[in-house]
Amino acid sequence: MVMALRTEHELHRRRRSRNVGLGIVLASFVVLVFALTVVKVRQGDLMEGFDHQPRVSVLPPEAPTASQQTEEAAE
Amino acid sequence: MTDIHAYENAPEAEFGDYVALLKPRVMSLVVFTAFVGLWVAPVDVHPVIAFCSVLFIALGGGASGALNMWYDADIDAVMRRTQKRPIPAGRVTGSEALAIGLTLSGFSVMMLGLAANWFAAAFLAFTIFFYAVVYTMWLKRWTPQNIVIGGAAGAFPPMIGWACATGGISLESVLMFALIFFWTPPHFWALALFMKEDYHKAGVPMLTVTHGRAATRRHIFAYTLVLAPFAIWLGLTSIGGPLYMAVAVVLNALFIHGGWRILRRDEQTAIADGYAVEKSVFKLSLYYLFLHFLALLVQSWMGTW
Repeated sequence: MVMALRTEHELHRRRRSRNVGLGIVLASFVVLVFALTVVKVRQGDLMEGFDHQPRVSVLPPEAPTASQQTEEAAE
Repeated sequence: MTDIHAYENAPEAEFGDYVALLKPRVMSLVVFTAFVGLWVAPVDVHPVIAFCSVLFIALGGGASGALNMWYDADIDAVMRRTQKRPIPAGRVTGSEALAIGLTLSGFSVMMLGLAANWFAAAFLAFTIFFYAVVYTMWLKRWTPQNIVIGGAAGAFPPMIGWACATGGISLESVLMFALIFFWTPPHFWALALFMKEDYHKAGVPMLTVTHGRAATRRHIFAYTLVLAPFAIWLGLTSIGGPLYMAVAVVLNALFIHGGWRILRRDEQTAIADGYAVEKSVFKLSLYYLFLHFLALLVQSWMGTW
């Protein structure tokens, strides 16, 4: 007598619950970070990304050049 | 025909077992108090940022719960109430719980820092440390005052919520802390009076075991007296108002009365009526905390003083 193989075991249900659960958690996290990003950008929070330009705002104030010094002396 | 099992003894974990590691019932209290702390703060927070902040505070609380279950697996295995937890039941290994606890701790602190501010994140990190190390590893097995000092960990969430909005600490947030901090001992000791668990066998010094039940009754009453002024004081600050004040006065009168009734009973009377008073005071303590914070929420919506 040949018994049909049961392909679906209780163990599989438990594994699927872990996989589906983790999948939902990860997908929700992606949505959450995206929403957070949109809100933060709209609020105009300070962000200092690399933009391929020297950031003038953080450079030390330039020392006056020689020509400027002579102009000041003349005044 | 013989049965063939793909596993022996305990079955493999399902997703719910990992959720159970985070102590969802404790988490619900954290979510509520942290949300109130954030909402009543004088700084407006964008709803998405508020949602994320509360979520990551709750996740940090859950992470400390997992660390607690990892460290306390030996105690949990002895006591009947906790025997079905994932680790003592054998569905989740201790090292898995430790890994989840540590990972989620770091993750929740980092995400709270990015979502809200780094002061709130540092505060959350301290809270996790306080619950997992100071309470679980150190105080719980050493002193009967364990739940008094450990209660601080449960009292921090509204302060973290407040810090998410304001970036700091103020009198209001400290008083919200005090409200939970002084509420915890009478709440837990009322439970300890009627939940006759074998803390002794598990090696946990509970006040009921070390100093006796009469001393526990005195402690409960004393803490309800200490608690009341802080609850009223909170009503006099910038987040208080007539509604909160009315709720606080009524609830504290009831709670002190309950503490007094517990104090006036001895064990014989309590056993005779099946700890009816202790159970009703325990139930009252749940309403006490919930209604105080609900009143703060409604008060901020109605407008404060």
